[in-house]
Amino acid sequence: MNKYLIIGASIAAASAIEAIRKNDKEGSITVIGKEPYAPYCRPLISYALLGKTTFEKMPYRDASFYKKMKAKLILGKEATSIDKAKKQVILDDGTRLPYDKLLVSTGSRPFVPPMEGLDKVEKKFSFMTIDDAKSLEKELDPEAKVLVVGAGLIGLKCCEGILAKVKSIDVVDLAPRILPSILDDKAAARVQDYLEGKGIRFFLKDSVASFTKKTATLKSGTKLTFDLLVLAVGVRPNTALVADIGGTVNRGIVTDDCCKTSIEDIYAAGDCTTSHDITSDSDKILALFPNANMQGEVAGNQMSGGTLRYDHAIAANAIGFFGLHIITAGSYIGDQLDLSTKDGYKVLFTKDDHLVGMILIGDTVLRAGIYTNLIRKQIPLSSLDFEQIAQQPRLMAFAKKDRVSMLGEKR
Amino acid sequence: MKRVYVEEDWCLACHLCEYWCAFSNSGKDNMVAALKNKTIKPMIQVEEGDKINFAVSCRHCEDPICVKSCISGALSIEDGVIKIDKSKCVDCYTCIMACPYGVLMPNEDEGIMQKCELCTPRGTAPYCAAHCPNQAIIYEER
Ligand SMILES: Cc1cc2nc3c(=O)[nH]c(=O)nc-3n(C[C@H](O)[C@H](O)[C@H](O)COP(=O)(O)OP(=O)(O)OC[C@H]3O[C@@H](n4cnc5c(N)ncnc54)[C@H](O)[C@@H]3O)c2cc1C
Ligand code: SF4
Ligand code: SF4
Ligand code: SF4
Repeated sequence: MNKYLIIGASIAAASAIEAIRKNDKEGSITVIGKEPYAPYCRPLISYALLGKTTFEKMPYRDASFYKKMKAKLILGKEATSIDKAKKQVILDDGTRLPYDKLLVSTGSRPFVPPMEGLDKVEKKFSFMTIDDAKSLEKELDPEAKVLVVGAGLIGLKCCEGILAKVKSIDVVDLAPRILPSILDDKAAARVQDYLEGKGIRFFLKDSVASFTKKTATLKSGTKLTFDLLVLAVGVRPNTALVADIGGTVNRGIVTDDCCKTSIEDIYAAGDCTTSHDITSDSDKILALFPNANMQGEVAGNQMSGGTLRYDHAIAANAIGFFGLHIITAGSYIGDQLDLSTKDGYKVLFTKDDHLVGMILIGDTVLRAGIYTNLIRKQIPLSSLDFEQIAQQPRLMAFAKKDRVSMLGEKR
Repeated sequence: MKRVYVEEDWCLACHLCEYWCAFSNSGKDNMVAALKNKTIKPMIQVEEGDKINFAVSCRHCEDPICVKSCISGALSIEDGVIKIDKSKCVDCYTCIMACPYGVLMPNEDEGIMQKCELCTPRGTAPYCAAHCPNQAIIYEER
């Protein structure tokens, strides 16, 4: 009987459990999670503060799932090292757990660069976990001024979650634009304009030089006062367990398309790894929920003798703020086609007969998955009416035989 | 499993399927009460072209990328039908980003996503297929 062990109880773990059970009904599955919760939908923490969901609704699967999958969850415990010779994982309480196949899905942790005086700030928060969100929620107050360091996805989702419950929000980022990882200058300017309209103030190309208890002095000399500080500068993948035993790490844990690490019988999936991004043909950390899910599935499948491959990875993200929706995918390389209108921003990127990237904001996001699919499947643009599909994502633009297969055959 | 399939050569672009779909999902007993003076929000959309038209709705994929992408766990597979738990959905549009067929339709009034559940909430066979006047939508096993 195979012993499957998983470190990190989140999305990649949940989908790995499901994939293992499809192949192996007998083997034991054990999951170790540092947080005291069964896998939950991490992106929802801002939505819980916003009131769009509740912490109670956040578990990714209900308790019956783990029962049905015969998966044992050991929560509130941290794995501190791997003994690869004995094939055991050692926990913070000294317990040793044996494995035949091990999955490392440890995700990432907030990265806080050294900042002068940060230790003097009493009310400071990261924004990664349910517990982070709960402790921030306790301090929310209509009179509170909030300073958010970091204008990336996490920092701005936090802003959306709390704006209505605080007095004001200032956001500082070193980058010259907001959401630097998913938007180009023009798109970022549009979204920034919209967020400023909601009352958020931005201080870009700037950073905090020093803190006192309730003030931040920026490099530019600007002084900001605040009651609550949210640190969302960035995240770092949790790679130490694998690096410590000689596994290959290049920013993230390096895996092949079977989600295997360089060490025998150890697999890795999710935000702690790098993925091979097919649009740029390079290895990147794609810290996104769907990727963690699909990687977890491949890892679980491979650990239990399957043949799935994780070989179509792309960056693809949907994010919205106060009803303004943004969908982006792929890489912003090659030729640019700007099809923006007054209601929506739309730039497509093509290279060598392929759609390789897109930025859509506003009304242009509808049916965006038709584009995402062109990118992910690397469908030759010459096989369809690109002029038509560029205007509007429609199945009409496909050749009849492709359409008949899409709509008339079993999926 | 039985699914909805489209015969594009037969579609008249009459849009009746859209009305029947909106009716099915209204939960009401009477079509007039359900649809009169309302902008309908169907989960099936007719694409019209010069020579060809066809209705597009959820394929109920065997390996659904929408389910893997949904950040709230609202989408799931139940006996082959891809279902949405509206109480969990946070309207993030990640499923719109993912679905290769472009069939998830936001309902701005409700602030949540909606999708075809093969008329299972109403407990009938798919209305779009049953009421297509030209058999351009077929509900069968393939
Ligand atoms: C606020 C926020 C909003 C987001 N919004 C989106 C979004 O809209 N769309 C999107 O695609 N993605 C979003 N993401 C990213 C998404 O949440 C991640 O990609 C996804 O959660 C990654 O899943 P994972 O399985 O790799 O692990 P993670 O969710 O990162 O979890 C890893 C788990 O492993 C545990 N762990 C780590 N080390 C150990 C150890 N040694 N022993 C035991 N346990 C350990 C951690 O405590 C953690 O619980 C968001 C993230 C945040 C923080
Ligand atoms: S099966 Fe029902 S819900 Fe689905 S598209 Fe047809 S009428 Fe609409
Ligand atoms: S919503 Fe799209 S991806 Fe999901 S099952 Fe339907 S057709 Fe497939
Ligand atoms: S809009 Fe709703 S159903 Fe779609 S991915 Fe987001 S939470 Fe899931």
